[in-house]
Amino acid sequence: MSENITYREAIKRAIHKAMSEDDRVFLMGEDVGRYGGSYAVSMGFLEEFGSEKIIDTPLCESGFTGAGIGAAVNGMRPIVEIMTVNFSLLALDQILNTASKLLHMSGGQFNVPLVIRMATGGGNQLAAQHSHSLEGWYAHIPGLKVLTPATVQDAYDMIGLALEDPDPVLIFENATLYNSKGDLDVELSPVEIGKAIVRREGKDLSIFAYGINLIKALQAAENLANDGIDVEVIDLRSLRPLDDEMIMASVKKTHKVLIVDEGWKSGSISAEIMARINEQAFYELDAPMARVCSAEVPFPYAAHLEQAAMPQVDKIIQMAHKVMEDL
Amino acid sequence: MKLDMAQAEKFYSQMLLIRRFEERCAEAYSHQKIRGFLHLYIGEEAVGVGVMDALSDEDAIVATYREHGLALVRGISPQSIMAELYGKAEGCSHGRGGSMHLYSADKRFYGGNAIVAGGLPFAVGLALADKKMNKNRATVCFFGDGAVAEGEFHESLNLAALWNLPILFVCENNRYGMGTALKYAESETNISKKAAAYKMSSHQVDGMNVIEVAKATQKAVKSIKAGGGPQFLEALTYRFRAHSMFDAELYRDKSEVQEWKKEDPLITFEKRLIELDFEIDTDKIEKEVAKIVEDAVEFAEAGTLEPVEELEKFVYSQRDLS
Amino acid sequence: MSKFVMPSLGADMESAVLMEWKVKEGDEVKKGDIIAEVETSKGVIEIEIFDDGVVEKLLVEPETDCKVGDTIALIRSTNDSLEEDMKQDIPHVKEENTEIEVKQEVPHANDESKTEEKHIKISPAAKKRAKELNVDLSKIILKIDGKIGLSDVENAVKKTKPDTKAIDGMRQAIAKAMSRSNAEIPHYYLTASINLTPALKWLEGLNSNRSISERILPAALMIKAIVLALKKVPQLNGFWKDDTPQIIQEINPGIAIALRKSGLITPAILNTQEMSLDETMKSLDDLITRTRLGKLKGSEMTEQTITITNLGDLGVESVLGVIYPPQVAVVGIGRIMDKPWAENDMLSVRKVVQVTLAGDHRATDGRIGAQFLDKLDKILQKPQELL
Repeated sequence: MSENITYREAIKRAIHKAMSEDDRVFLMGEDVGRYGGSYAVSMGFLEEFGSEKIIDTPLCESGFTGAGIGAAVNGMRPIVEIMTVNFSLLALDQILNTASKLLHMSGGQFNVPLVIRMATGGGNQLAAQHSHSLEGWYAHIPGLKVLTPATVQDAYDMIGLALEDPDPVLIFENATLYNSKGDLDVELSPVEIGKAIVRREGKDLSIFAYGINLIKALQAAENLANDGIDVEVIDLRSLRPLDDEMIMASVKKTHKVLIVDEGWKSGSISAEIMARINEQAFYELDAPMARVCSAEVPFPYAAHLEQAAMPQVDKIIQMAHKVMEDL
Repeated sequence: MKLDMAQAEKFYSQMLLIRRFEERCAEAYSHQKIRGFLHLYIGEEAVGVGVMDALSDEDAIVATYREHGLALVRGISPQSIMAELYGKAEGCSHGRGGSMHLYSADKRFYGGNAIVAGGLPFAVGLALADKKMNKNRATVCFFGDGAVAEGEFHESLNLAALWNLPILFVCENNRYGMGTALKYAESETNISKKAAAYKMSSHQVDGMNVIEVAKATQKAVKSIKAGGGPQFLEALTYRFRAHSMFDAELYRDKSEVQEWKKEDPLITFEKRLIELDFEIDTDKIEKEVAKIVEDAVEFAEAGTLEPVEELEKFVYSQRDLS
Repeated sequence: MSKFVMPSLGADMESAVLMEWKVKEGDEVKKGDIIAEVETSKGVIEIEIFDDGVVEKLLVEPETDCKVGDTIALIRSTNDSLEEDMKQDIPHVKEENTEIEVKQEVPHANDESKTEEKHIKISPAAKKRAKELNVDLSKIILKIDGKIGLSDVENAVKKTKPDTKAIDGMRQAIAKAMSRSNAEIPHYYLTASINLTPALKWLEGLNSNRSISERILPAALMIKAIVLALKKVPQLNGFWKDDTPQIIQEINPGIAIALRKSGLITPAILNTQEMSLDETMKSLDDLITRTRLGKLKGSEMTEQTITITNLGDLGVESVLGVIYPPQVAVVGIGRIMDKPWAENDMLSVRKVVQVTLAGDHRATDGRIGAQFLDKLDKILQKPQELL
């Protein structure tokens, strides 16, 4: 039985369920309580669950993320909400030097069952310091898991999956997706972390995308179908681990690759995927792989410039044509 | 605090164990048995011994890269510590951590941290969980004077006081953050004052005097467990050795070190015992300690190296995710 | 007896200079005593003894640079348990003089036959499929841009009649164009015999002072001369379209180049009007190379404003070419031959070449054509002005 709700509502429901069913779960972050959540995800939670479960932290990302790590190690299941990936840089030391490594440095004694949620992405004219997409960067770090839900179903499911995971899980919610609507069926078994999903089957070209760019890729695919190009669109769902198996299977089918990634092109997750395809499916390629990423600029304020800097449906279409025409 | 013979012997032998263990580490390091960085606790023994004395088994400890002494007193076996320093699989961190990352889940010893002030937010988290789970136990967080400048020091003290957490912050003020004297790092060099500014109960204590340290810690922990909120102890101490092995100590005068050596906690404690008319057999303790240290070295020498095939273990819990 | 070694004080410490001994031979020493001062990259550090004993021998003079692990003193130890430890083998850094063979890459001279086979652009999937299906890659039609893809390999297999696809696409295109040309264009032909001796002599002299890679070929000289002549008679450089002549500013002569396996191709050197003789030579060389590799640009295949066909090297005396529509002219160059030459009432032997102009009579007439050939002749008599 499914309902059509917003991405925001899906996350809210998932957190609500988790907190109602497990005493160890609590939510901690800036403005999650009295403000109702900077993206309104936790609206009403403070009244319902109380200040022990919904903690408004001072502005100290390193402090409260580290506290989240300690609380997780000591038996709780905190969800730390860092307002946006932009501010997570202040907590990078805790995330990288403690959360991702504690299990290893202690020779397996202490795991960190922590969930960190962050809003990510640009496109709202918030300018250079508020528009990053750094999930690809975080995917570089062993010891972490990096999730990027694009659909409403995943936005719901991934909260549960992350809380069950014994290791630190980072969930990146593209800010533009909060208002998007989709179907949620709470009875469905969640697809596990590390598995990509084919959102659209096709035979001519594989487009790999995640987050909001999955949505753009699907739109592009519709358009390309009119030109007789049958696109297969794959939702990566997690950037660490990447679903190599699914990726290579698709490459084997279509022999042509296009990756959409909102990170800055150089050293982005698209580069990593291309490297892996090179390593594992080189002989399946019938054309050089292509990608649509963000331009190598800090995001400008002016709307037309910002849009020009980001992946767009028409750029995806154009690049798809280019890949198809290469031979 | 009542100092009886048993207690006196305990204090002395614990401090001596740390002293001799650390000296042995220096030797092993110079012979390349221990590699990487080595930060010795020599001179600061009274702080570790005094604080640990007031803790119970269920309390938690978060420490820094200068933590061998604390690990020893906490009860992590000298053998497993030395094996860890030797990089052997029998080490307390399985050989994965080394000198700066000693861990023991059994002893609630949460390392060992190479990032100055990196452990403070973590310790706040441990205490936060204890409070939420209604577990009446304390978290003790050690750090040096260098950490006071880091943002995380301030963030953590603020959170601890704001949320009234059961945590004891112990600042081991040995006057130098690596090569920088406190006065070049802090506008206000009275660290306990800074903590007080966060509305936290805060005291200075003579870190060369094990009895004073033990007394102060006992008081603090008692208050914490009675729900009195966080406590701060600034232990004024000194390290007789360099910051780490590879340090020419260009930043301080030899004469200053000599002056401080007069306050050697082992020597002053012995003197105190004489004043109190306690007779402890220091020779016997010396021999016992020597044996413990040698056993530890033997154990480490005989230890095994983890097979390289297991390299990618301990990145994720138990599963094979690459 | 135990060895006292230069201690390692840090992961990046490889050696230190022993500055000063703080003990003498025969001194009694205790654990913790300072035995010496050593200078390291971080400054002077005091090093200590780790056991009790008597200094037996100091093995190193002050101000000696010692490696970490080197034995620098001998101590007669009174502490037995430590001796064992000291006697343990200290891992030495093996010094191997491994000679790394530096392979000298000898740059190959432009061996066309070799490079052509190696550098066919083929996608990995296509290559794999070709192997699977046993397709001979050399039989696959090289498209203008020379890439082989999966579909090309698959199509190669789909052949029912072995020879239908053997007529390569290019052949078909040529056939089409030539038919059209013959049908539509009223050709006129003019021939001139040009004394090339002065030009060739001059060229010889020029080349003698140059390295091989910088030498100018007679073909380049001819092209340059033709370009200059076209500047004077621009009506021959352009198109006939929609019943009107179009004179083009840019002079992009299509150069007829024979391909090894199939036919003739006439890619253009673009914008020769601004080029010096050297630049013309370089462009010609580059064009031929890329043509053989199948790496031509689209514009080079479509923007020819005139065609030059030089069949002289095949032995033909004169060439009466067929104009490629929509162009309006073809310049044919025959073989440079030794011929008797009359000048100033004297008979001698000269290197003579027959240059033929085929013109589209709709665009130009014989007079224009003759002017062109005349100009060309005159230009070639003053080769030094061609630089």
